[in-house]
Amino acid sequence: MRLGRVIGSLHCTKKYPALEGYKLLIVQPVDSSNNPEGMPLICVDTVDAGVEDVVYFVEARDASIPLKDPLTPSDATITGIIERIDTINRELYRK
Amino acid sequence: MRLGKVKANITSTIKNPYLTGEKIMVVEIINPDGTGTGKEVVAIEKAQAGIGDIVLLMDEGGSARMVLGKDRAPVRAVIVGVVDSINLKKEV
Repeated sequence: MRLGRVIGSLHCTKKYPALEGYKLLIVQPVDSSNNPEGMPLICVDTVDAGVEDVVYFVEARDASIPLKDPLTPSDATITGIIERIDTINRELYRK
Repeated sequence: MRLGKVKANITSTIKNPYLTGEKIMVVEIINPDGTGTGKEVVAIEKAQAGIGDIVLLMDEGGSARMVLGKDRAPVRAVIVGVVDSINLKKEV
């Protein structure tokens, strides 16, 4: 699982049937201090996240586990919205 | 399994139902000699680790679900141990 910041959304009408009903979001992977890390990617959303939210997402084979049909083609799925990231005596992020 | 250093605690209310009640932390993957790699992952904590601890990190989904005992939990990384000491022979 990795951290990411939602930077946009996208729509596609024609898609693989198992993906129907899911929202697709563009996510920029970030580190715990909110610095971007690597290329943005498209994630399937399961927690109703929105633009600017910091989220965590699960990748690879595990990405289709939280979806209704376990054979849904997804390689990145958002599984939670982050409210706060804190380390000792310091807050790194607050929603 | 890999070595990691716990960097931060995550608070998240809206999440997958299978993750309810699990402690979630940010872990930086480190080399056996203690140097950081800059790569961070989000992991479920199962070994009473705290911030700053060097931990044993399992970064594989199937085994992670086995540790949690939930076969539909969307997880990949789990902290399964707190490291007390590392003995490393210098490469010749």
